[in-house]
Amino acid sequence: MEANSSSQAAPEAHIIVRDLTMAYGSFVLMRDLNFVVRKGDIFVIMGGSGCGKSTLLRHLIGLKEAAKGEIIYGDTNFTTAEPDQRERLLRRFGILYQKGALWSSMTLSENVGLPLGEFTDLTPEQIRKIAALKLALVGLKGFENFYPSEISGGMQKRAGLARAMALDPEILFFDEPSAGLDPISSALLDDLILQLRDSLGATIVIVTHELASIFAIANNCVFLDTETRTQIATGDPKDLLAHSRDPKIRRFLTRAREGEPAQDHV
Amino acid sequence: MKQGSVSFDLGKDASLVLRFSGRWHLDKDLPPATELIRALDTSPAPKRVFFDTSNLANWDSGLLSYLTETDELCRMRGIVADRAGLPTGLRRLLELAEAVPEKKGTQAQPKRESFFARVGNATLGGAASASEFLAFVGQLTVALGNLVRRKARYRTVDLIEVIQQCGASAVGIVTLISFLVGVILAFMGAVQLSQFGAAIYVADLVGIGMVREMGAMMTAIIMSGRTGAAFAAKLGTMKVTEEIDALTTMGISPLEFLVLPRVLALVLMMPLLCLYADFVGILGGMFVGVAMLGLSPGAYMRETISTLTMANLLGGLFKATFYGVLIAIAGCMRGFQCGNSSSAVGDAATQAVVMSIVLVVIACGTFAVIFNVIGI
Repeated sequence: MEANSSSQAAPEAHIIVRDLTMAYGSFVLMRDLNFVVRKGDIFVIMGGSGCGKSTLLRHLIGLKEAAKGEIIYGDTNFTTAEPDQRERLLRRFGILYQKGALWSSMTLSENVGLPLGEFTDLTPEQIRKIAALKLALVGLKGFENFYPSEISGGMQKRAGLARAMALDPEILFFDEPSAGLDPISSALLDDLILQLRDSLGATIVIVTHELASIFAIANNCVFLDTETRTQIATGDPKDLLAHSRDPKIRRFLTRAREGEPAQDHV
Repeated sequence: MKQGSVSFDLGKDASLVLRFSGRWHLDKDLPPATELIRALDTSPAPKRVFFDTSNLANWDSGLLSYLTETDELCRMRGIVADRAGLPTGLRRLLELAEAVPEKKGTQAQPKRESFFARVGNATLGGAASASEFLAFVGQLTVALGNLVRRKARYRTVDLIEVIQQCGASAVGIVTLISFLVGVILAFMGAVQLSQFGAAIYVADLVGIGMVREMGAMMTAIIMSGRTGAAFAAKLGTMKVTEEIDALTTMGISPLEFLVLPRVLALVLMMPLLCLYADFVGILGGMFVGVAMLGLSPGAYMRETISTLTMANLLGGLFKATFYGVLIAIAGCMRGFQCGNSSSAVGDAATQAVVMSIVLVVIACGTFAVIFNVIGI
């Protein structure tokens, strides 16, 4: 597959991260992060467990403030934006949380419909129809009136995706979408993500360490390293596998253990 | 079955042989290391340690932990432990345990702080908690401003549900407690007043006591335990499951969406519950008056009505409303500050109850002084 088959020849930058330092109090988790996510990219944030992948995602969606540096969306500087400007930007995001994070006191239909009710002028009847449509898109037709606790973990995740897509977002963020899913469900989710990108033209940012997903869908990535506390590579993961000489990256991408030589191909 | 044993043979050329026999399992007491230490510390000191497991029946982690300890003791004394005599499985497990060296500085040191350090930290913690409270009140005020300007985002369904939970569902417990409080007040007064033949004044005591102080106070304490804890647990769980994050990143203020309906519900319900508690408390007093003191219900009621003033009643209801705000704030704030685990949710609920009861009692004392000064 061509790297940017669905977008123009020179896709513009959608997200620019510049000199970002992430810290918890005085403990610096990652420093000097610099990368660009282009429009239409499926961008993976990868790295070992506990290296700060999810924290980076929380910075990108404004749940944590940068200790230093800035995050820019298109022509808006997210880090310095005024609250109402930030809120408008947030409405163009769709976010799928690790555990789904569906509102437990609402049915699936209400979950998907809430953002529609708050931010559009649609009538309740129209909202109900759109919610049903979004649920059908993720394969949950007929589950509109179920509560999140009444469906399985994989279904909760898909319902979370339906909610994330409610307002037709420009950027979709996924926090470990395949965590807790069996290989088949996780492959189906990958297909769904690809279809969404191709049909909605959304930019997609994913936190994951599932190699199968990474090679199946990603065309750009940033690799975070725990030891040096910064990024050690960016680019297409397939190129990294083919050309990178960094032993850490090769070990990660080929699942080789320390000391063992990295295999050439998976 | 009996626990296995170990014997120590001091061999030639300073070697010590540990002979294991029988069954080494965790379910029985393991032999203490004292004998091993004695054997290692004999003079001349052994240079090498060997293991003989030919009589060992079977083993589990019990033997493994004994061997790990042996290893540690040998290393401290510079004695070489030769593992050749151990079963392969045991050898592999020992190697696995040693494969990754202990990471320095990771072991949490049980800290012993001095008395002054603890007092200082507690003071700083108290100050931080006070400023968090003020910040929360500030944010809530902004949200209330949005409510007045009809810009606040919350669902009426949620408001109605919370009203149901903290209003109608609380009536049973409020009835029971207020009736008993009325009875207790009446008993307290009856013993003293009937000595002066002034039993009818029990009605004044109960009436004023319930309406001015106890109605609002007892309702507030019931609601702290019932509703404050429920708010904290609910919001704390929503924090753990990232539901609050999901609201924030959708551009919906969790303060408006979750806290406003709860504050509103308590502000609406507390005066009603308090009014009801006042009434039930007076009934409790009347029960004692009629059953024990031989007063007639009519006379009791007339006395109560003649002694109560509108100021008493409104003062009590105003206090109840204020307590409601305090309970809602304490519950919601502790829920929002909840950590990321199930035990943190429990802590949040506990702290919410403690905080709201403390706030209610402080407010009650303050109101008593203020009402006294302005002469209500």
